[in-house]
Amino acid sequence: MSDVVLTIDNLTVALPSWSDRRNAVEGVSLDIHRNEILCVVGESGSGKSVMAKSVLRLLPAPHVRVTGGRILFEGKDLLTLSEPEIRAIRGGRIAMIFQEPMVALNALMKVGRQIDEVLEVHTKMRAAERRTRVLELLADVHLPEPERIIDSYPHELSGGQRQRVMIAMALAVEPALIIADEPTTALDVTTQAQILHLIKELQRTHGTAVLFITHDFGVVAEIADRVAVMRHGELVELGQTSDVLNTPQADYTKALVAAVPSMTPRARTSAPASAPLLIVRNVEKTYGRHGGWFGSRGRTVKAVQKVSLDIGRGRSLALVGESGSGKSTLARCIIGLEESDGGEIILDGEQISGLTRNEMRTLRRHLQMVFQDPFASLNPRHRIGDIIALGPTIQGVSKEQAWKEARELLMLVGLKPEAVDRYPHEFSGGQRQRIGIARALAVKPKLIIADEPVSALDVSVQKQVLELLDKLRRTLDLSMLFITHDLRVAATVCEEIAVMQHGLIVEQGSTADIFSNPQHAYTHALLQAVPGVAWQTRSAPSI
Amino acid sequence: MMKSFSQRFLHNPLVIVGLSWLTLVLLVAVLADVLAPANPFAIVGKPFLPPAGDFLLGTDSLGRDVLGGLIHGARTTLLIAVLSTLAAVAFGALVGAVAGYYGRWIDDVLMRLTEFFQTIPSFLFALVLIAILSPSAMNLVIAIATVSWPPIARVVRGEVLSVKSREFVRAAIVAGQRDSAILISQVLPNTLSPLIVTGSLLVATAILVESALSFLGLGAPNQMSWGFMIGAGRSFMREAWWLVTVPGIVILLTVLSINLVGEGLNDALNPRLADA
Amino acid sequence: MRGTALLFYILRRLLQTVPVVLGVVVLNFLLLQLAPGDLATVLAGEAGGAPKEYIDLLRQRFGQDQPVIVQLYRYMAGLLTLDLGYSFRQSAPVLQLLLDRLWPTLLLMGTTFLLSLGFGVTMGLLAALWVRTWKDHIVSVVAIIFYATPLFWVGLMLILLFSIKLGWFPTSGMEDVVAFNEGWDRVVDIAHHLVLPSITLSLFYLALYARLMRASMLEQRGLDYVTTARAKGLSERQITIRHVLRNALLPVVTMAGVQVGSLLGGSVIVESVFAWPGLGQLAYQSLFARDFNLLLGIFFLSSCLVVIVNLIVDVVYVLLDPRIRIG
Repeated sequence: MSDVVLTIDNLTVALPSWSDRRNAVEGVSLDIHRNEILCVVGESGSGKSVMAKSVLRLLPAPHVRVTGGRILFEGKDLLTLSEPEIRAIRGGRIAMIFQEPMVALNALMKVGRQIDEVLEVHTKMRAAERRTRVLELLADVHLPEPERIIDSYPHELSGGQRQRVMIAMALAVEPALIIADEPTTALDVTTQAQILHLIKELQRTHGTAVLFITHDFGVVAEIADRVAVMRHGELVELGQTSDVLNTPQADYTKALVAAVPSMTPRARTSAPASAPLLIVRNVEKTYGRHGGWFGSRGRTVKAVQKVSLDIGRGRSLALVGESGSGKSTLARCIIGLEESDGGEIILDGEQISGLTRNEMRTLRRHLQMVFQDPFASLNPRHRIGDIIALGPTIQGVSKEQAWKEARELLMLVGLKPEAVDRYPHEFSGGQRQRIGIARALAVKPKLIIADEPVSALDVSVQKQVLELLDKLRRTLDLSMLFITHDLRVAATVCEEIAVMQHGLIVEQGSTADIFSNPQHAYTHALLQAVPGVAWQTRSAPSI
Repeated sequence: MMKSFSQRFLHNPLVIVGLSWLTLVLLVAVLADVLAPANPFAIVGKPFLPPAGDFLLGTDSLGRDVLGGLIHGARTTLLIAVLSTLAAVAFGALVGAVAGYYGRWIDDVLMRLTEFFQTIPSFLFALVLIAILSPSAMNLVIAIATVSWPPIARVVRGEVLSVKSREFVRAAIVAGQRDSAILISQVLPNTLSPLIVTGSLLVATAILVESALSFLGLGAPNQMSWGFMIGAGRSFMREAWWLVTVPGIVILLTVLSINLVGEGLNDALNPRLADA
Repeated sequence: MRGTALLFYILRRLLQTVPVVLGVVVLNFLLLQLAPGDLATVLAGEAGGAPKEYIDLLRQRFGQDQPVIVQLYRYMAGLLTLDLGYSFRQSAPVLQLLLDRLWPTLLLMGTTFLLSLGFGVTMGLLAALWVRTWKDHIVSVVAIIFYATPLFWVGLMLILLFSIKLGWFPTSGMEDVVAFNEGWDRVVDIAHHLVLPSITLSLFYLALYARLMRASMLEQRGLDYVTTARAKGLSERQITIRHVLRNALLPVVTMAGVQVGSLLGGSVIVESVFAWPGLGQLAYQSLFARDFNLLLGIFFLSSCLVVIVNLIVDVVYVLLDPRIRIG
């Protein structure tokens, strides 16, 4: 094709001397054409974001800098332009959209003014004309009441609305290329679907080229015309989206595609034989009831409203919902990290709601938790052995015995037993999550609550951890409550699903039933919003 | 590769300069009776002898040795500053830790109290306290500690709040650990580095407050101190410039050194901040 | 709409100052209990000076035999109706003395506040723009030295240099009382006297704000919204002025509020060095006269002053930061 917009030619970007790698990007070459969306996909540390930032020379100088190659745009090498020349390109010919719209916008400036700045810098329009244009742009990105939004501050908008503002800003002077750096990663799945749709719609109407950075193959399937796969700063594979997704050539791409959790629901193994292990009845939790001392009336949020659910022995239930749905609050009420305001929680025939921390202590051995953030969930000052042995020693196991079991547990989760003497910072994210699982298993619980245990992990590591959890469940006959925002993950791990929205469970049942025949409109919307749902249900890879 | 803490700390030239001066002052304070055996209030020569004569730093209006005064003053000033800082850190850390960890109404009450003590003009409050309690080394320590603890409480509370919300604390609760054990074994060790930095900088403030109080004549009686020497010399600035100038420089250097070392500690303990 | 919300915010903040003011009164009362002698003797100025009738009057009013809580109530009622008693050492009602001395202190504090904030912010801003150059190093070195210098010593050194050696500025006082200046001449004369005390008091805070502003600017410049602004094609100058400056000012404004109390403490020292006839000097005098009632009156008034300035700073902060919920 001749309508090449941007050429990245043998680009190398050096990292500072103290990093564990020499280059963030190493000899990457690719073209982006008019009227196409090129997705660059890779796991953390692949250099995809650094490459995107180097196009507009937005790297954090002087530590990270381009050491080789060219970036050609409209006949010029962007890397050799003078400051005024590159400024004319930035926002004018090439625009950028960032990951976290809350921090990417200036909190102290009205959003209308922030869009207006682009017009002010790149056009000769007068203030009144610019205002009209900003209102037009806000309408173009389908924001309600542009007249109100234009004079709003970022904190007055929702996350999706803020990202729409960022997109309006990028479109302001009809650039030839838009670089979007993980623009939907910080958003909920339904919002993500809307924003992806918007980007695609606008790209088609304006014929713009889009360089779209993402870590999610679902998003790639949803939006990309072509896809480039990066690993450790190098380009691994480049091709048409359908080719790369369905017949990947490089081993790495094959592994990545295989690691995407499938949308094939897990079948129910057998009907529950005996009474459920966990019974939750009408549990409620409301936040913010106590206000300040003087006049500051706290607003109340009903985080969980009369929720009921059961988990059978040896069964696993996924609690699925977007941020703010109350799923984590419910989990914390069950495990006793929060006190519920009403209702009953019964574990193995024993009432555990309303117990004091002391009364709860002996019951802790039946109920454990795996946490979300592998970097925050292990105390950096404690040795792995101490971390795992803490629970058992509180339950009265001798220290020697607890350490001996800790070594066995580490082997069970796929780590070396010598790890007991080391500290958390010596392990990678996936290894830490394994340690977190070993800690939860140490007291031999009957029920494990896993709160988004893989959402902080790269997809290939995510797959390994999910497989480990699955293996342990079967061998140890564990029950599990699995909290997740990701329906794909839920389908992989759990045979039953409960969908939460605004503090209520709107639908629950077997994963297969819900996937094939969702009853509630919200469940339906969630299923539709899963990125790449069409690709996945078509190809349906099996585990 | 990430350098170790001591490498980062000791490779900072400003830290080395600060540490050297502080070591000197500390040695002088400890060995005061050996270095200057005479009573610093004793009259040893004619009044207003200029420096570099019989007495290295000259004599004051009554003929007392200025160098001897500085040596004994180091002991008084450092002792009061360090003791009051220790008291302020202990009390402030306790208030901050309890407020941050237990939250709710306890936090409300303790933080209102802290804000209150931060609002009232602290130096004036120290002045009033000493005036009413009568000046003595002990009362100086009490007064300085009383006005210095609020920043410590706020720092510790903020740290405890941020550490408390980390998942490893939740994990400890889920494991069944008791509140007091969690506070001591999980939370507090992770708040140490900001506490050390704030505490070390507080010593500098305490020296400034102590010398200001002594300057105004509210210092410990019968104990030579740097602020007192400046206060005593201020009426004779025309005749004997060194009486005011020299002790002032000593205070300046000491406070400056503490600040340099404190900041070096901060940079070494939080390498990411130092990088920016 | 935001206007009325702001008004309500100010009213609510005013209401919040009530417990602080009451707290100071209680603290005053507790301090009086610490002093030797009963309340009436202490209030009257313990080492004499007051006629017996006055002490008896006070005894009657506070009641030696009454429980402490009743004494507290009566003391509190007195202070809150601005009945601060009489100072026999100064032969004047305490309130009268305080009001006479209030204006010089306000003048000194106000000048210092503006001077230190203005120059501090400018210096910090420039240092951040010049970061890692020799100019930045000079600003940083000057700031860290000012930050470590005792106030009273700076005052004395300035007197030594500019008054004694050079004779440019007067050594003490607020005006040349024997000259009987009026109108504009008097203003010039007071300004002339004000130069050294306000510089003395400013240096420490100037250094504090400069350091804070520099750090705050550097921190803000690394944030994502600055990258966004850069990606829009704004020049570094536009980014600094439109985006970074206002964000960077927020912590400085907060700090300026926190430091008001310490500024008042500093004015005690500066006023006693320069014989500036303000509240600080009065405090210094009453201290040695053991006139505790007057001293605590000063403490009370100073605290109220801090509370009021804090309120103003909070309002400024709300105007700067739209995220603060005031409705």
